[in-house]
Amino acid sequence: MAMSILRREGRRLLPSIAARPIAAIRSPLASDQEEGLIGVRSISTQVVRNRMKSVKNIQKITKAMKMVAASKLRAVQGRAENSRGLWQPFTALLGDNPSIDVKKSVVVTLSSDKGLCGGINSTVVKVSRALYKLNAGPEKEVKFVIVGEKAKAIMFRDSKNDISLTVTELNKNPLNYAQVSVLADDILKNVEFDALRIVYNKFHSVVAFLPTVATVLSPEIIEKESEVGGKLGELDSYEIEGGETKGEILQNLAEFQFSCVMFNAVLENACSEMGARMSAMDSSSRNAGEMLDRLTLTYNRTRQASITTELIEIISGASALEAAK
Amino acid sequence: MFRQASRLVSRSITAKSATNRAFSTEVPSTIDSSFVEAWKKVAPNMDPPQTPSSFMKPRPSTASSIPTKLTVNFVLPYASELSGKEVDMVIIPATTGQMGVLPGHVPTIAELKPGIMSVHEGTDIKKYFVSSGFAFLHANSVADIIAVEAVPLENIDASQVQKGLAEFTQKLASATTDLEKAEAQIGVEVHSAMNAALSG
Repeated sequence: MAMSILRREGRRLLPSIAARPIAAIRSPLASDQEEGLIGVRSISTQVVRNRMKSVKNIQKITKAMKMVAASKLRAVQGRAENSRGLWQPFTALLGDNPSIDVKKSVVVTLSSDKGLCGGINSTVVKVSRALYKLNAGPEKEVKFVIVGEKAKAIMFRDSKNDISLTVTELNKNPLNYAQVSVLADDILKNVEFDALRIVYNKFHSVVAFLPTVATVLSPEIIEKESEVGGKLGELDSYEIEGGETKGEILQNLAEFQFSCVMFNAVLENACSEMGARMSAMDSSSRNAGEMLDRLTLTYNRTRQASITTELIEIISGASALEAAK
Repeated sequence: MFRQASRLVSRSITAKSATNRAFSTEVPSTIDSSFVEAWKKVAPNMDPPQTPSSFMKPRPSTASSIPTKLTVNFVLPYASELSGKEVDMVIIPATTGQMGVLPGHVPTIAELKPGIMSVHEGTDIKKYFVSSGFAFLHANSVADIIAVEAVPLENIDASQVQKGLAEFTQKLASATTDLEKAEAQIGVEVHSAMNAALSG
């Protein structure tokens, strides 16, 4: 009965550790049941010991990954918080219009390049897909611009035709404004849009990441909306200093807004990635620790059982000899 | 009677904090309602994503009389230099020239060129060299200045400026393609503005 409980325990799977060591753990426990194979007894402790070694290594690796993510988070978090003031003036001037109805929307999906960071990339992809459904319709089209390997892999499967641009390896070098503005420039040059919707994970705290969508409108739409009135109606009351036409200033304004919002979004996403990786690796190492405890118990029980069996053999052999005399 | 009074006071305090965020772990929830409705139709099982307006403090409304001080928010990509600072006047380097901003200024959107921005607070004057950016002056006497790069004037090294100016003037002379010419021109403009700033 103890053996069946152990087998049931061993079956509780870790999501982040590969399936192979877990399948392998089941076999020595199963082979323990077959007491007929006497030679297997000493080998099965060996097998359990190997499992313990590999699980301990996994625990060490995930602990190290957690520390690395924690130190990277500390580095990026300060910069992300400092950049939060950057997009606020634009939203104060132009307002926030996520529900604006436009012909050409472009959804810019920000994700990470590396994995093992929990669910943040799948939430961003889910939000992007929902935005696609929200904004698609007759005479309206939605295109994707994907930043990051993980979202690319997921979106390639079903929305391959709607992806206009993919960008990877953004986080290889430390992020700075010049790099992000070059990226923003690339996107603006290559993609036609009426509204850009940037989807990213905002860093709320080390354990909370909020999927957020920031909307940047093209200068033509801003002019149209300000004439119509509503949220942007007050824009007309603003005097324009410099530049020949209002359109020129609005063009520069929209481009500047996009690069500022992108900069903040990229930093926040990087922070969220590090935070999510920290908590994923933390739960991984904790699970590995629990598994190690269970394996240790199994190991000891197996060892004691084999010693007991040997003793029984010796004693029964000895008493048989006694009885024969 | 004192117990009643303290209970009423505590109730009013908790009511106030409940309307603001009660816990720091709670998520802000002021999202555009039409967006939320449209979202629920498309993805009923998912929470709608946040939008930037829910992360911003609301701006003060336009006062009926002109306020005495100008509130300045000066932001850079890597820091918020000044945030909500009350000052008397700022002078910004707009493309049309140096522009003085006092409280009650007409709402304006101004594009900035490389030059000095000075913040006047009583007798203090703080000068920054700004590379470029935008300035929004709102009707409620709030000025938002967004610059790509800005340094306090003290941190600029005069000899480096001279070297840079000479280098870019030479590049402009030897530039062949339009792109090189434009880049060299920008370099010359910025360096000569810095020169003028240091001397003037």
